[in-house]
Amino acid sequence: MSAAISVKNLSKTYYVPVREAGLRAALTSLVKRENREVTAVAPIDFSIQSGEIVGFLGPNGAGKTTTIKMLSGLLHPTAGNINVLGYEPAKRAPAYLKQMTLVMGQRNQLLWDIPVIDSFERNRAIYDIADPRYKSTLGKLTEMLGLGDLLSKPSRNLSLGERMKCEVAVALLHEPQVLFLDEPTIGLDVTMQRRLRVFLKQYNEETGATILLTSHYMADVEALCKRVIVIHHGSILFDGQLTDLIDKFTAYKTITVKTEDQSHDLSQFGTVVRQVDTTTSLRIDRNDAAEVTARLLQEVNILDLKVEDPPIEEVIDQVFSEQ
Amino acid sequence: MNSNWLNYYWRLYRTNLKVSIMDQIQYRASGMIWMIGGVLEPTIYLIVWSTVAEANGGSVGGFTAREFAAYYIVLLLINHLTFSWLMQVFQFRIQYGELSYDLLRPVHPIHKDITDNIAYKIVQMTIMIPAMITLIVLFDPLFNFQLDNTLLAIPVIILAFAVRFLLEWSLALVAFWTTRVTAINNTYFAISMFLSGRIAPIALLPLWLQPVAETLPFYYFIAFPAEVLLGRLDASSIGSGIGHLVIWLAMAILLLNFCWKRGVKAFSAVGG
Repeated sequence: MSAAISVKNLSKTYYVPVREAGLRAALTSLVKRENREVTAVAPIDFSIQSGEIVGFLGPNGAGKTTTIKMLSGLLHPTAGNINVLGYEPAKRAPAYLKQMTLVMGQRNQLLWDIPVIDSFERNRAIYDIADPRYKSTLGKLTEMLGLGDLLSKPSRNLSLGERMKCEVAVALLHEPQVLFLDEPTIGLDVTMQRRLRVFLKQYNEETGATILLTSHYMADVEALCKRVIVIHHGSILFDGQLTDLIDKFTAYKTITVKTEDQSHDLSQFGTVVRQVDTTTSLRIDRNDAAEVTARLLQEVNILDLKVEDPPIEEVIDQVFSEQ
Repeated sequence: MNSNWLNYYWRLYRTNLKVSIMDQIQYRASGMIWMIGGVLEPTIYLIVWSTVAEANGGSVGGFTAREFAAYYIVLLLINHLTFSWLMQVFQFRIQYGELSYDLLRPVHPIHKDITDNIAYKIVQMTIMIPAMITLIVLFDPLFNFQLDNTLLAIPVIILAFAVRFLLEWSLALVAFWTTRVTAINNTYFAISMFLSGRIAPIALLPLWLQPVAETLPFYYFIAFPAEVLLGRLDASSIGSGIGHLVIWLAMAILLLNFCWKRGVKAFSAVGG
């Protein structure tokens, strides 16, 4: 496998005008404008292999969208190099643009008032997709996303979820090799999020496309991405397997036990975080988990026992709160 | 220029035009309201100047009341055919992120604007033609259409449209650098209103102002094609007018390239 995306020493700095409150400051700014440097992305490095799906995680303002915009070619980097499929994105060469797509969950490219299929037709012309290829891609996308009769409806008559499916489809008509997805499931209900995830996974398996996605829904990340890159204050905190992220950043495991009765005081084994009838959840230092489990099994009449990592949301929250 | 290139643009324009006409038809009601304003303006000047001509003993500046009617009815049509609206909307494109999608498509966004503009004009003709017929019935204009002038007017109108469109498209790009576009637009529209022959035919402007009007491009966008069509100009004026349009076309193309490259660069520095 070769690298589809490679990023070296990439950084982005914005200059924002600063002004203090009050009339005096307003007048001063007329003659003397002060700018402040804001580092949106500190020098970062990573590379993504062809066919990989990578989750790009970070709180609001971490630099995710800025990085995705630089990778797609919308923003010029302040410094550093980006190579996507052998192209320098900022040059926006048509040959590059025909091989990538950017989907931003909060923005639409479908025309509001005309049937979805006509917006598709427009993209067919723009991307110069030959008829047989267009028909087969459209057929495939229609089947995989369940577009069916949505295609003949104007975008404004669709529900948010239906519209998002069509937005994804229109963005993929030209069969891009690289997909940048910025919050593709934002605002969607759980069922629709799941459908979109299933679709993306299937699309990746069938086409071998490389996908970089940001999402605040950890379910997206868990379902799709083996690898995650965590960014915070413009720097990469972690780049590796999702399972390693959990190992690295969680100090504890949760052990849930169901006992025969409530006669045992389980607080001697760890912190009780929840107790319902005879089921108790204990928080245990992850290094002690094996030993505590063994002791529990020996000393207590246990009907059922479960050792779990904390939910991924908590892990991520933990990562950012440590910074 | 190979046949693939031509084929591509032919298909692009055909599809965009079809899609855009469908889209414009959805906005019939707002189109109608815009057209009412568009028709009212020349009608008001027509009435004012006809009244002045009659009070002045039948004509003013070489125009009789019926010639004013002909001038303003043709002006209405020419203005409709050459106008564009990008200066009013470009800032919103940046603000709402539409431009981001435009920039990531493998084709220059101006092509879509050209087809949108043509589509709008085609759809609005369904209102424009009845409006013109009504004005003709009401004001009894004196048209002096000649075959040669009419045939010549067609390329002149197309040229005027091209120059006006490219120039206004370039000026719209000022939105890349400032959010206070409205002030700039209003200045442009005020000057254009005065020097394009919409408030009064250029022949009625003060003598010192006429050379200014004949140098700046506004007159050539609207009144010049109208006067060519109405047979009000001699051969040398027509030749000079076409010459001006060609020069302005070259300048508009240069300006567009210059502003687009720099504007996109500025946009790419801060994002949208």
